[in-house]
Amino acid sequence: MIARRSPGDFVAAALLFVLLALPPYASLAGNPFLLSVFTRIVILAIAAASLNLLMGYGGMVSFGHAAYIGVGGYVVGILAKEGISSGFVQWPLALAVSALFALAVGALSLRTRGVYFIMITLAFAQMIYYVAVGLARYGGDDGLTIYRRSQFGALIDLSNKTAFYYLCLALLAGCTYLIWRLVNSRFGMVIQGARSNDRRMHSIGFPTFRYRLTCFVISGTLCGLAGALLANHTDFVSPAMMHWTRSGDLIVMVVLGGMGTIFGPLIGTVTLLTLEEALPALISLGARPFMGREAARAGEYWQIVLGPLLLLVVLYARGGIAGLLTGPRRA
Amino acid sequence: MLLVFEQFLNGLQLGLLLFLLAAGLTLVFGIMDLVNLAHGSLYMLGAYFAATFTTITGSFLVGVVLALAATLLAGMALEVVAMRRLYGRDHLDHVLATFGLILFFNELVRLVWGPEGRNLTLPPWLNSSVEILPGVTYSMYRLSIIVVALLVALALYLVIMRTRLGMLVRAGASNREMTGALGVNINLLYTLVFGVGAALAGLAGLMQAAILTAQIGMGENILILAFVVIIIGGIGSIRGAFIASLLVGLIDTMGRAFLPDLLKAMLSPAAAATVAPALSSMLIYLIMAVVLVVRPEGLFPAARK
Repeated sequence: MIARRSPGDFVAAALLFVLLALPPYASLAGNPFLLSVFTRIVILAIAAASLNLLMGYGGMVSFGHAAYIGVGGYVVGILAKEGISSGFVQWPLALAVSALFALAVGALSLRTRGVYFIMITLAFAQMIYYVAVGLARYGGDDGLTIYRRSQFGALIDLSNKTAFYYLCLALLAGCTYLIWRLVNSRFGMVIQGARSNDRRMHSIGFPTFRYRLTCFVISGTLCGLAGALLANHTDFVSPAMMHWTRSGDLIVMVVLGGMGTIFGPLIGTVTLLTLEEALPALISLGARPFMGREAARAGEYWQIVLGPLLLLVVLYARGGIAGLLTGPRRA
Repeated sequence: MLLVFEQFLNGLQLGLLLFLLAAGLTLVFGIMDLVNLAHGSLYMLGAYFAATFTTITGSFLVGVVLALAATLLAGMALEVVAMRRLYGRDHLDHVLATFGLILFFNELVRLVWGPEGRNLTLPPWLNSSVEILPGVTYSMYRLSIIVVALLVALALYLVIMRTRLGMLVRAGASNREMTGALGVNINLLYTLVFGVGAALAGLAGLMQAAILTAQIGMGENILILAFVVIIIGGIGSIRGAFIASLLVGLIDTMGRAFLPDLLKAMLSPAAAATVAPALSSMLIYLIMAVVLVVRPEGLFPAARK
């Protein structure tokens, strides 16, 4: 990772500026919805960044990462329901439980490689999904409303939307910095070495299983943090937040932005969620000459465009958006 | 005892449905080295085709045959348009591309058939009960699912192990280039295999649709069960898929039926009522975990090169 100014860095810098300046703009424009959308984007970018550490640098394709969002969220939700709303208890516990869950899943799934790993992480996430559906006391299928956001005393008031947004943004910056430091440390080199050739790393004396497991746990923990934030953002947790398509969305974000790049997950998250908001409008606009008044309904079917779009990204833009910006980086 | 027997048949029936789905998945994976998440979409398409064709023709059997043919064609078209470009790519590419295809197919079905589910009506001769043992009646339709799926499994085994086509399929699986160099049209072969896998998934989908309904996204949850089957059975192995799907079907059904009572005998009723639903839905995943610890390659790993 040599410091070289590429167009991707400028995009990232511009994006950071937009993210920083968003709350004042939203309040000036009188558009609180925008702030809510971007809070969600920032939180999901943390989850995508954690997946990128695992997938982009470690080469471990986890298809069950939404499970950690769910675990982190449910810890906050269950504690709130049981009357413990102190964030000093909720958040560390959310991180600890996510870490433990990641340890258990990682220890089992890392015994396998490639496509087995993809399927197994998916299956374990599905298991946790059904466990959440079965938790009748905590809402089961319908989910659980959180009536009181995590309390941090006089430190910060999470029900203040702007303060909460900046907290999420600061945590995203912190996670990104942490991942950047990790990736460029000795630990990160071993992880990346094990991605390109596990056997060779093993034979020069690195216990790669332990390194990979550590990477898995770190990634799961950071994702659990995103879950705790998301629970506070929506004031609600439900099994739907860890449905397997959410895990697929996270993979899409990482690959769309550019796997194995520091700012790729953020770019990918912004792109995907913006597409989710913009595609329906674009489709109905495009359909208007042909369908007239029916055009507004055509926008409902935006995923019919998103699906093939993903296929095209896979076929022709393998490096994602960051890859398009920096040009062909590696073979 | 009667209940146990009936649940055993239900488990067998779920297991065989899973096998139809898993067989296509494992064939495509074993031969083309392709992870196809959109396999569940073909399962869904089969169900919707059947609902439409039985309504149009007014005959259940004709509708089913037409639906199978349509799913076969849809599968082959999918292979030619999209899947063919994915061979030899990274597995992550497969996951992403086929995830995109799932979104596409779900929306396509919503566009064509609308958001409500479709019912598949059974003819009277199927929608009846039959006395299988003295004093034991069982749904004729569920029984016929078991028979049909067993016949298909047998036919699949015979085609793959005893015919020239099956030999080519096995040859293509162990060495693609060598088989191509010997003059076999490998592209056609792959399109055919993919289409057959699609038709098997469609068969499973339409058979299930008559019990539940044809719904958008119906293939996704059962697809993950099929993944569990493949992991337990060993990727690429038809025999492994067969045994593992029966195992998963039986354990899942029996667990849901009898685990609550079993737990009540051991725990307090209140504790059992909270634990049982969660535990019975975790059961097959726990078994998968145990299989992974003991044999990471699955119970019957296919011989790989």
